[in-house]
Amino acid sequence: MNQILEARGVVKRFATHTALDGVSISVQPGRVFGLLGPNGAGKTTLIRIINRITMPDEGVVMLGDREMTDADVARIGYLPEERGLYKKMKVGEQAVYLARLKGLDSRTATKRLRQWFDKFDINPWWNKKLEELSKGMQQKVQFVITVLHEPEFLIFDEPFSGFDPVNAELLKKEILELRDKGHTIIFSTHNMSSVEEVCDDIALIDHSRVALSGTVEEVRSRYRSGLYDVVVSDSATLPVMTDKYEICSQQKRGGNLCYVLRKTYDGTNADFIRLLSESADIRTFAEQVPSMNDIFLRVVGNND
Amino acid sequence: MIMKSKIWIVTQREFATRVKKKSFIIMTLLMPFLMSALMFLPLLLSLIESSDKKTVAVVDQTGLYQAEFKSNDKYLFVPTEKMTPQMRSDSTDVAAVLLITADLSEKPGSAALYSQEEIPSDLSDLVNSTLTDVVQRQKFAKYNIPELDAIIDDVQTPVEVEKIRWTDEGERQSMSDFLSGVGMLLTFVIYMFVMAYGAMVLQSVSEEKSNRIVELMVSSVKPFQLMMGKIIGIGLVGVFQVLIWAVIIASVMAIGGTMTGVAMFGSGDMTAMQGADMDAGMKIFAIISQLPLLEIISLFVLYFVGGYLLYASILAALGASVNDQQDTGQMMMPVMIVMVFAFYVGFYSSMNPDGPMAFWCSFVPFTSPIVMMVRIPFGVPLYQEIISVALLYATAIALTYLGSRIYRIGILMYGKKPSFKEIFKWLKF
Repeated sequence: MNQILEARGVVKRFATHTALDGVSISVQPGRVFGLLGPNGAGKTTLIRIINRITMPDEGVVMLGDREMTDADVARIGYLPEERGLYKKMKVGEQAVYLARLKGLDSRTATKRLRQWFDKFDINPWWNKKLEELSKGMQQKVQFVITVLHEPEFLIFDEPFSGFDPVNAELLKKEILELRDKGHTIIFSTHNMSSVEEVCDDIALIDHSRVALSGTVEEVRSRYRSGLYDVVVSDSATLPVMTDKYEICSQQKRGGNLCYVLRKTYDGTNADFIRLLSESADIRTFAEQVPSMNDIFLRVVGNND
Repeated sequence: MIMKSKIWIVTQREFATRVKKKSFIIMTLLMPFLMSALMFLPLLLSLIESSDKKTVAVVDQTGLYQAEFKSNDKYLFVPTEKMTPQMRSDSTDVAAVLLITADLSEKPGSAALYSQEEIPSDLSDLVNSTLTDVVQRQKFAKYNIPELDAIIDDVQTPVEVEKIRWTDEGERQSMSDFLSGVGMLLTFVIYMFVMAYGAMVLQSVSEEKSNRIVELMVSSVKPFQLMMGKIIGIGLVGVFQVLIWAVIIASVMAIGGTMTGVAMFGSGDMTAMQGADMDAGMKIFAIISQLPLLEIISLFVLYFVGGYLLYASILAALGASVNDQQDTGQMMMPVMIVMVFAFYVGFYSSMNPDGPMAFWCSFVPFTSPIVMMVRIPFGVPLYQEIISVALLYATAIALTYLGSRIYRIGILMYGKKPSFKEIFKWLKF
């Protein structure tokens, strides 16, 4: 239980292109791992390799200190990007069937399914055919099916695509709840705002390689630009101190002066505040931390 | 163990969802009745037709022939003075007119049939043979041979050769008509079964693919397990259906048999016919009991399973290769052509079960399930049966393996329709 899931040097070649070129990621137990990247970067291929749907040409997927085997797929819950279930099959029957394929017996599967149906208040759907449900309802069912066998590892491929905002919010809540219960979650997305809200760690895959990885905080601080939004009262202006900072812009707004500063020396933020407060009355001090979206665009844009 | 039980779970689903369908239940129950209706309807129709007698006016200007025309249950021959114009009109109930103008033994061309419609061939045949007979007798009579009738009777001795086949157990009556009937029936069952359920496999695979459920499936089961579970499940549906039909047909026949038995018992004047029927029945039973039943049944099962496995795995691979179900028809074409070819070879083999075509096609795995079944009731050496079955199963297993490789790649390939060349490339991955 609670092992590290690792991909080591995974290479996957297709007839005309290389989908993954020496990709290594390490997913820590009990955390949410975001797999980012533009379309066609190789995210889905990597996810399929972890799910043992396809085999890598080189490299291995490790679970703790051993290689992953076919039997381990029962420990994974997978929500594919291309959603789909049997349209003509009854919802309850279908969920139990898929859970049995993941190694659950029918009785346990039925019991757990009842609990989930109670939780989402969707009990009347049990004996309905899937095609009788609306898209949003089908998505809920699909989510329940993914988690029904209580897998340690949950893999969501673009979970928010196709979910309406209400269900997306619900899904976010459930993902965090599952993490707090100790599940390890991998999810791939190019929706960067959800990354900041949900992910603990990320790996950005671009052009078949890992371009960036680490915890969200770490990555964001790595991409600190050294820019600060500083607002001071207009009673005093900031002096020019090029060895400490540059003034990128200056604007008078109401009774305040709004600056954008670039810090040019190696000092902590506390240090910097002290320095500034010596010459002016600080109303606002904020470091411009780049959003994941900015970082994404920067990394992906650079490579083009 | 896990692998086997997963195949079993898939098999169960494939079986249960199909068997529970209303359309399956209705079709299974109705089919035997539809089939028997199809078989008996022409018979019934021909009975109805025969009750409607057609009048044929016989205008015999010589007076020599009109007495010879005996009305039967289809045609009513009415001697008539002369041909009147109203016989040509629509209002008449005379369907045809036979006009004889001269002694046919001298002028054979002086008889003609007139009608507003095309003259049915059975009528002209009847007229021809009747007249030929009379003319023959007329001519014989001219030779003035004493005791002519006795001589003619004596001459007419129909000869029917007995067909006897040498077997290991000794001599027995040959019965090729019946045998080819049995062979064709078995062949037809295999052919229909492989066609119908093979197509179902194809349809179901491509449905899973276009539904996109397949990605979720293969994250839980190996593509091979999914494919095998599907093939076995659908095959079992077919076996189940055939069994139900067998039970229905057997019970209908049993009920029908007792009922006719009772009817015949009740009516004394039918004793003669009953005797004839009994004779025919006994004869058929005798023939059936002479057939190598165990051999036929076991080989039927072997070919049935092997043929289905072979075609179903090809069709599963094809179903995995297409993107939407509209393309399946196109992909199925080559397979259909092979099957139809096999069926025709099987059909002609029933007339010439030891011909070179039948011989070789009963070894080629794609045709052997259909063609060999035709030959078996005629007796096939054991070594040939073993070679044929072994070839079939070797090929079926090889194709299941190859099919699963194509299937494995094909089910996750979306986008443009792959060419056959690309599909062959997938084999190498």
